[in-house]
Amino acid sequence: MSSEFTITVNGTPVSVSPGATVAVALMIAGRPCRMSITGEPRGPLCGMGICFECRAVVNGIPHSRSCQLLCEPDMDVRTDE
Amino acid sequence: MNKYSQQRFDVLVVGGGPAGMAAAISAAKSGTRVGIVDENPSLGGQIWRGESSTGSHSSEAASWLNQVNAAGVTPLCAKRIFHQPEPGVLLAEGLDDVCELSYRTLVLATGARERFLPFPGWTLPNVAGAGGLQALVKSGLPIRGKRVVVAGSGPLLLAVAAYLCSHGAEIPLICEQSSWGKLVKFGITLFGQPGKIAQGLRIKKEIAGAPFSANSWPLAAHGKNVLEAVTISRAGRPEVVKCDYLACGFHLVPNVELPLLVGCQTRCGYVQVDDLQQTTVKDVFCAGEPTGIGGVDLALVGGQIAGLAATGQVSEAKAVFHKREKLRRFARALDEAFCLRSELRSLPASDTLVCRCEDVPYSRLREHTSWRSAKLHTRCGMGPCQGRICGPATQFLFKWNPDSVRPPVFPARVENLAITTAPQQSIPAVTGELQ
Repeated sequence: MSSEFTITVNGTPVSVSPGATVAVALMIAGRPCRMSITGEPRGPLCGMGICFECRAVVNGIPHSRSCQLLCEPDMDVRTDE
Repeated sequence: MNKYSQQRFDVLVVGGGPAGMAAAISAAKSGTRVGIVDENPSLGGQIWRGESSTGSHSSEAASWLNQVNAAGVTPLCAKRIFHQPEPGVLLAEGLDDVCELSYRTLVLATGARERFLPFPGWTLPNVAGAGGLQALVKSGLPIRGKRVVVAGSGPLLLAVAAYLCSHGAEIPLICEQSSWGKLVKFGITLFGQPGKIAQGLRIKKEIAGAPFSANSWPLAAHGKNVLEAVTISRAGRPEVVKCDYLACGFHLVPNVELPLLVGCQTRCGYVQVDDLQQTTVKDVFCAGEPTGIGGVDLALVGGQIAGLAATGQVSEAKAVFHKREKLRRFARALDEAFCLRSELRSLPASDTLVCRCEDVPYSRLREHTSWRSAKLHTRCGMGPCQGRICGPATQFLFKWNPDSVRPPVFPARVENLAITTAPQQSIPAVTGELQ
């Protein structure tokens, strides 16, 4: 397989392997995907696009389910922080 | 504005797991134009999700994927159906496009999801589903050297533990809420199903050394901002186990939202089908977990029958009824073995969130007598997951029955909703008692 590449998470570069989902990139970066409406940090729960806990802003598109989205070079991911 | 396209199929299959793939292959044998739509980046469903690092699938999955390609089926991946503007037409949303998919015959193979039960701390990051964590590892999450407690209920726990072990995780404990008595009885039903026994033996070898405890379940997850440890009720005694991840799911619940949207009747929470997998709606078939949780082999046979019947190959469909009957015995055994014990109803504390989208605590829900009342007064189930997580939890905790579903059946972008100008038909309410 080809080598790792970087995406940015809240402006910080994160190195990922080809085929990794954005949710995984957020977990590798140690970032919560979102803050809940009462301010709790949340990470992926179902891993299969059902729970919406992993939603983030990806390349400007809000509410993207990051567990169903493959990382692409130079992707820009934003989470609630 | 998103790209807009239209495609027309004789048979449209929704769901690219084993049932959907089998249905598509069988339907394509009749020479008709078949499409298969799935929300994931590739076909395979949850059970046959490929490894992101290598792109590889198990040999069984690879063989079915090859058959789909060879059959000339049109795959439509990373597209999620959110609306039925009129009978015979479904709308699917992609990352930057929307598709109008019309069909003569529909096969619904929407699969299942894990059931989650709320307990203190279950909303912490790194508490995930059992299948959920496996999906994340398959999608590239490094797990080597990590400590993972696997808990909940169902055969999936052992399969996940085996997978994680084989990828270098350390499994300090596997907790199954069911009793040894029920598990032994389940084991006995596997005799006569050599495939299941072989699978069981392989799993046993892979989880060698990981302690398995029946009559055990998580009481609380601990950590500041991220999971650090979990307290387990281990055969009656509380025990704290340090871990990096808790992989926790309480067996499976069927994805019946789309079948309900197109008007299919359900019974006891499952889509009602006849011998040919035909639903109560003309020209709409259903196969796999939405018709009863029964695992991959039953899904394959059900899908095959649905695909054959959907294209008028009725005698070919009838020829495999006997296979399905045998596998349905396994499904019934699953139901009995992994039925949830009532003690799990007392897991949530007053301030434990039950609805994670709207942060609704247990204390606010127990004042209500129905799902509808809870929704109207607390916003439980009104967030983006549309009650897919808290609905099955409240069904178990309070014995509430879900409402009818309304379009859009998944959150969709406003510009995509704007093209759905056709008048909405009325959606029948869910009937029958749910477990």
